[in-house]
Amino acid sequence: MPSLAGLFFWMNRKIENINKIIITKPLKLDCGKTIKNFPLAYETYGKLNENKDNAILVFHALTGDQFVTGTNPVTNKEGWWVTAVGPGKAIDTDKYFVICANVIGGCMGSLGPKDTNPENNQPYGLDFPVITIKDMVKAQESLLEHLGIKKLLCATGGSMGGMQLLQFCATFPDKAFSAIPIACSSSHSAQNIALNELARQAIMADPVWDNGKYVSKNVQPKNGLAVARMVGHISYLSEKGMQEKFGRKLQEKADYEFSFNADFQVESYLRHQGYAFVERFDANSILYITRAMDYFDLSKQYKGGLVEAFKNQDTKFLVISFSSDWLYTTKENKDIVIALNASGADVSYSEILTDKGHDSFLLNEPEFLKTLKGFIDSMYEKFKNEKRI
Amino acid sequence: MKKEFKVIAELLPNNTRVLDVGCGDGSLMNLLKEEKNIEVRGLELNQENVQQCIHKGLPVIQGNAETELHQFPDKSFDYVVLSQTLQAFYNPEEVLKNLLRIGKSVVVSIPNFGYWKVRMKLLFFGEMPVTKTLPNTWYNTPNLHMCTIKDLFKFCYEKNINIKQVVGVNEDKTSLIKKRNLEIKNLFSKLGIFLIG
Repeated sequence: MPSLAGLFFWMNRKIENINKIIITKPLKLDCGKTIKNFPLAYETYGKLNENKDNAILVFHALTGDQFVTGTNPVTNKEGWWVTAVGPGKAIDTDKYFVICANVIGGCMGSLGPKDTNPENNQPYGLDFPVITIKDMVKAQESLLEHLGIKKLLCATGGSMGGMQLLQFCATFPDKAFSAIPIACSSSHSAQNIALNELARQAIMADPVWDNGKYVSKNVQPKNGLAVARMVGHISYLSEKGMQEKFGRKLQEKADYEFSFNADFQVESYLRHQGYAFVERFDANSILYITRAMDYFDLSKQYKGGLVEAFKNQDTKFLVISFSSDWLYTTKENKDIVIALNASGADVSYSEILTDKGHDSFLLNEPEFLKTLKGFIDSMYEKFKNEKRI
Repeated sequence: MKKEFKVIAELLPNNTRVLDVGCGDGSLMNLLKEEKNIEVRGLELNQENVQQCIHKGLPVIQGNAETELHQFPDKSFDYVVLSQTLQAFYNPEEVLKNLLRIGKSVVVSIPNFGYWKVRMKLLFFGEMPVTKTLPNTWYNTPNLHMCTIKDLFKFCYEKNINIKQVVGVNEDKTSLIKKRNLEIKNLFSKLGIFLIG
């Protein structure tokens, strides 16, 4: 295994070769600061047709990136939504043009805390401005402009991707013909803020983190970051799903070791997920992105609350939740539906019955994928007809 | 197409906003949308039905009408339709109240327990009736509150609910039901369709 510093160098070099645009238009952030001439990395799949009416924008979740499907060229692993996006899949790239951008604050080529601060030629670290979901979404809207797409056939995303989507629809009400928010919320709950805080504290408690200045030393607070990831992985599963997957099974051993090694399979799973993660993700990015999620409260941005946020929506919504998701519960998703209903928007809602928890949207859940496909295909027919008229 | 749906479609004016509670696979919504340019919304419990509606491009919310009607604001629809489900609720009175709150008017259809064949079965054979409109046996029927057309008439009077029109359906035949022909229509209609509110 290469040294971590070496790995970082190698990853950075690979990141140089990915698609990105430089957004020259100044972006005034919610925190008051302005960024300009910043990179936004993105990836596209499939072909944009002549009428430009087959574009689907995907918003990624906390630890996602722009590599939705196929092989991620930086990690050499499968894209994070390979179950749903690809040729012949629910979001069929033979038919649709799929776009996904790395969020600002991220670490896969878009402007983030590990980039160089032009003011002092040092990595930003904690000098990076605190960003919000709205800032992320505004940056991505510039990408649509760059690609020449006036109106998307559909925009979708799960978890933080869904939160970006709700913000996108509220801020740019005429940019998407249809929208599918999946397993998300219109405002981050106390429980979710608490879990994010746990992740941040784990990172900040790692001495290597050094107030975010580790980047210039070419190291990574991998112990803290791994724990942060483990917290996440617990929250993505359900109690029942976890029990069924791991139970009290031991990891390649017949009996307890009477030590603190990973005796149980569930421990081994968490350690594996935690330490695999540090190879592809920047710890400061986790701080910044989780903060953006915590600050997200769409109803706070509008005087009349959530109903007002969705006023004058022509977008056709399909909200999807998963019955065993305790991170973004059915109740939270239904609140979105209720607000959309109250504002008179065209909204559908489906709760998928599953034991797989929040992770369900990334897995091969046939009912979920069928619903996704049915909605997008029917929306495409409608959108084409509407454009013809 | 079911005769019942045709009658319901005839009761509803063009270009209105309609909520179909218990919309099933969306057949009625499709009819209303295609032929009357009605802006439809559905509420449906069954996941497979929800999926079918979504495939047809019909907006549908998965949920239970018994507990989840509160999400729809007052008078947010011109009409609310409830087809042959009133008798299956734990609390039909509460559901009906909610429908009248959400819609300016409400269309309710019921399988008529006063239909002569149903009465015969009980009177002469002493068994709970199983017919085309009531296909289940007593132990597996979802119907908890069976009623007759006359019962629903009486209910509306007692609760001060305005009855605008009542249509009796027997196979392909339909007829208007008024106070004066109520007894006879209650005997010969398989289905009663009420426009109230």
